[in-house]
Amino acid sequence: MMPRLVSADVLVIGGGLAGERCAVEASAAGHEVLILSIVPPRRSHSCAAQGGMQAALGNCVKAEGDNPELHFLDTVRGSDWGADQEVARIFADGAPIAVRELAHFGVPWTRVRAGINRYFVRGERLDVEESQDNDGLIMHRDFGGTAKWRACYAAAGTGHAALYAIDSEVVRLGITVLDRTEAVALIHDGEKCSGAVVRCLRTGKHFAVVARATVVATGGYGRIYGQYTTNATINEGGGAAIALDTGIVPLGNMEAVQFHPTALAPSGILITEGCRGDGGYLLDRNLHRFMVDAEPEKQELASRDVVSRHMAQCMRDGRGVETTSGPHLWLDVRHLGEAHLATKLREVYDICRDFAGLDPVRELIPVRPMQHYSMGGIRVNKDGQAYGMSGLFAVGEAACWDMHGFNRLGGNSLAETIVAGRVVGARVAEYAARVKPQTAGSLVFEALEAAELRVHNWLSRTGSGPGVFEIRDAMGETMMSKIGIFRDGSELAEAVATLKHLMTSCDSAVLRCKAPGANPELTFALRLKGMLRLATTVAMGALARTESRGAHYRTDFPLRDDRNWLNRTLVRWQPGADEPSFSYEPTGLMELAPGHRGYGSDERIAMQCTVDTYNESVLAELTRHGRLATKEKLGSRGRYRTGIAGGGS
Amino acid sequence: MTGEATRTPRSLRFEIFRFNPEDPASRPHTQTFELDELPYMSLYTALTQIRETQDPGLQFDFSCRSAICGSCGMIVNGRPALACRTLTSDLPDTIRLYPLPVFKLIGDLSVDTGTWFRQMAERTESWIHARLPFDPNAQEARMSDDLAQAIYEGDRCIECGCCIAACGIANVNPAFLGAAGLNRVARFMLDPRDERSDADWFEVVASDEGVFGCVGMMACEDVCPKELPLLEVHAYLRRRMLGSKLLRDDKE
Repeated sequence: MMPRLVSADVLVIGGGLAGERCAVEASAAGHEVLILSIVPPRRSHSCAAQGGMQAALGNCVKAEGDNPELHFLDTVRGSDWGADQEVARIFADGAPIAVRELAHFGVPWTRVRAGINRYFVRGERLDVEESQDNDGLIMHRDFGGTAKWRACYAAAGTGHAALYAIDSEVVRLGITVLDRTEAVALIHDGEKCSGAVVRCLRTGKHFAVVARATVVATGGYGRIYGQYTTNATINEGGGAAIALDTGIVPLGNMEAVQFHPTALAPSGILITEGCRGDGGYLLDRNLHRFMVDAEPEKQELASRDVVSRHMAQCMRDGRGVETTSGPHLWLDVRHLGEAHLATKLREVYDICRDFAGLDPVRELIPVRPMQHYSMGGIRVNKDGQAYGMSGLFAVGEAACWDMHGFNRLGGNSLAETIVAGRVVGARVAEYAARVKPQTAGSLVFEALEAAELRVHNWLSRTGSGPGVFEIRDAMGETMMSKIGIFRDGSELAEAVATLKHLMTSCDSAVLRCKAPGANPELTFALRLKGMLRLATTVAMGALARTESRGAHYRTDFPLRDDRNWLNRTLVRWQPGADEPSFSYEPTGLMELAPGHRGYGSDERIAMQCTVDTYNESVLAELTRHGRLATKEKLGSRGRYRTGIAGGGS
Repeated sequence: MTGEATRTPRSLRFEIFRFNPEDPASRPHTQTFELDELPYMSLYTALTQIRETQDPGLQFDFSCRSAICGSCGMIVNGRPALACRTLTSDLPDTIRLYPLPVFKLIGDLSVDTGTWFRQMAERTESWIHARLPFDPNAQEARMSDDLAQAIYEGDRCIECGCCIAACGIANVNPAFLGAAGLNRVARFMLDPRDERSDADWFEVVASDEGVFGCVGMMACEDVCPKELPLLEVHAYLRRRMLGSKLLRDDKE
């Protein structure tokens, strides 16, 4: 039985890779850390990441000459210049250390085998001799949008192996994890966050956690796309929704939603990019490799936004395989051979057998693009500090840190969880050491009572209103059909109208199950309004952004517009307002000037100013909000004296 | 993607264990639901449909729905299985679903595996015991790819609890580590980065609650959805613990 009030130095909401790595850092610094997780932490969606974690170790022949500089450049190009380049730099520099640290924690990374290795590169079989010097170092595989082979991997279970290793550290450090608990509101006074109201998913009872620092690490919001996502059923954007509820903390770039090219059709189960990295092809209904025509240079290994767009176009042109559940294309990995599929892509082999009843050694895999990753999230500065509220941090997919901009490269999110977990965890630890313990004032009890009142309202509402699952399905259909890979103004406007209507329906929706305890229908109902709000920020953000950048593609504005839209969307939702309010900030200081990505369209509307002038405007904006730029090495404590820790605007 | 659609659609009868410990009025019983079978219908699809169209109070756990997260272990017609990767086409018209035994019941088909596995991890100290701290400036220590693959094999356990539920010993002795626990020990024993000695391991695993508690019925291996070689794991641990000098040199 949980007490009604729990205290901790650091509260981490979310037990996936980012949250747990952050918790490990804060715990190692001596803080009492409490992790909340909707599921037992090893069941977090991090475990489903398959193909790899990007880090420029440069260990094999096809990775020779790789370094963090190249990784930085690839990441910025991949983001279509939407990323904060300072953050991309921190990330690329930190990734090799993070990957090696995971080796220290026990991840069985696939290793370089000296001697002749058989690879498939751009459709050709290639025998390459790996040197004895590199034997036993961490191996790399190819992924989309990268200049070198860079993805470190443990077969096709990289996320699983990494999550188990980090959770082992959580156990070693004796960090308390409360699984089957869900944060339903942040406790704050308008300036400072002092914890969260939590609902126990075993008993349905509420309690409050009071903490010096609160970290949101709840992952993405893919389930606003209903069933059209590779995401787990738990990826409902809970952390972003409760941050939005504050009315103060903005979410960044919510319209930047990634579609993964190879979701198994029709179930949406992920088939790793490692299949194409290791030499797999995409084929149309005539078994033609359409990506070779579309992207002669990168072929199947252009960035995910570009490949998904070509696939969607291919199916629009009638070159997909028609089925009763819609068209799909084929992924062909047969030529890689059974030995390769049964080891380096073992999880793919199992998924094909278990969920599609097919043998990828002999048969083609039906695939089509589906929602996969949320580039948007709680907008934080380089330290993971949320804008506008001290004591609140966010990390991983839940955050918009923003190294991904408008398109994330494959393997960069898994690396982000660990790199950002280390960085933000250190900052959280420093912050928690500086502030006084939080006391449980009236704020806490008011927040608790508000949460209990919400439950009471749901349970007491009667009548003939719609059901919550109906509303969810309508939301998912709207998101996929109108805010998918191709977007245009009129469809987006329709989507906004539909979502507003659904929010009204949600207010009159009626539960059919009033059972005490966790009550699965109630549990979902409590999330539904937040999901609809997130969906609305995506729809309205996409409608307002009249350009195409990365995964955000407007058929009515097909060019990237660096003159008007080299910026980041910030969205807040004032309490009681009918709709969110938008503002924009510069993407950040630029080292790499906007240019061609090396794949996709080369046409764009150019910046009118020089990069130097742009950077001056960025500095002015940062200074105005007290978010000074930092060029210091990570680990420097000096920046706190300049007032950045408040992060507030 | 063919074959399935051509079968005559069946009407499936689900007999599902119901009990909500949070509801004083609730008593353990079995409830029956009817559902039309769809092509490639998994128990994930079926149970979700039952919840959303027939009884929104039905408790069960799914997350990844792709046999990776280990949330959805349950007893399907008498055998522990992962529900998400169990297709109704492989089952008879009547499908009986019960929660996994051994674990504490949360409600209906939902059980508390998280607490069990956390305790197992603490008892077996399943983390790398390294003498030196991580050096961020050093290149990674080398390892042969064959050894990495062997460790990965043991690391593939998804903690679904099917082997524990199927185990005759675990059902009567709550302290027994079970196949999942023993597999975890073997995985770390094999890993040269973990510097525990055989004497340390002896303390962890050489008891009736560890490897000597197993009576060799091996239901664990039959039901493991990840097809882990649990029989080999048992044999490996017994050899190591019986102290054969010849076989003790894996790490040297």
